[in-house]
Amino acid sequence: MKCKQIVKELADYLDEALDPTLRESIELHLEKCKDCRLVVDTTKQTIQIYCNSEPAPLPQTTRQRLHEALAKHLRRARA
Amino acid sequence: MNSPKLNPAPPHQLPSQVVKDDEPILVAAARAGDISAFETLVGRYERKIFRLTQNITQNREDAEDAMQEAFLKAYEHLSNFQGNSRFYTWLVRIAVNQALMKLRKRRPGVVSLDEEIDTGEDTMPRDVEDWGPSPEQRYEQSELGSILSKVIGELDPPFRVVFQLRDIEELSTEETAEALGLSVPAVKSRLLRARLKLRQGLNQYFRRGKES
Ligand SMILES: [Zn+2]
Repeated sequence: MKCKQIVKELADYLDEALDPTLRESIELHLEKCKDCRLVVDTTKQTIQIYCNSEPAPLPQTTRQRLHEALAKHLRRARA
Repeated sequence: MNSPKLNPAPPHQLPSQVVKDDEPILVAAARAGDISAFETLVGRYERKIFRLTQNITQNREDAEDAMQEAFLKAYEHLSNFQGNSRFYTWLVRIAVNQALMKLRKRRPGVVSLDEEIDTGEDTMPRDVEDWGPSPEQRYEQSELGSILSKVIGELDPPFRVVFQLRDIEELSTEETAEALGLSVPAVKSRLLRARLKLRQGLNQYFRRGKES
């Protein structure tokens, strides 16, 4: 298996959606190839960092506008 | 080829902290006209929905409008919500539509999201460096937030939106495809490209030895 093929299968590998044979040959390559190992690790970290990041609180004015709009429309929708 | 597929649940898909047990009760109450129940749901998701609309539109004003419209539409169409999907997933799809409309209005020349695009050749990434464990902990929460939004903002919209839905909002590949009117293979190839580009973008902040 070549480095290029690792990149091609990377998404399915990270999502654990590969059949066991292919997965095994990827892992064999990873044991030997430091560059690919780093690519896999840092890509995995990228996904985790984005996935785990906390969204910032709404800016005060944004929040106020949202709740004013809701108050206005919801009451009307109910009436 | 008939290769057996493993369970495609991604390893980073932890049980979502988003869903709380009382959600079906709140949704039912809101459907019955309880405004405060709906406002509780809004309060629970407003930050995430605003980040979503901001990441897609890359424009503060559009992001605010899209978020507002999404919540109002959700309330209006609450009777159409089928209890068999998560309320949040349903809400995300509404918000994505509103945000995409804003994006298309402001940038009509932008490549259409459901168009076939060349995702480029899958070449070995450059800048292969070690980040060490928990690289994000080297930054303050707010600083990390601006790094993440800056780097994702540099992606082209067709890639940005797919990553946002699949890896940040944790929709499945199929749900992402359906929400964007894309084929599953198109979602997969865009997702790979997006992940690699983000990895590349984050590398300058997270590589080991980089002083923060
Ligand atoms: Zn390699």
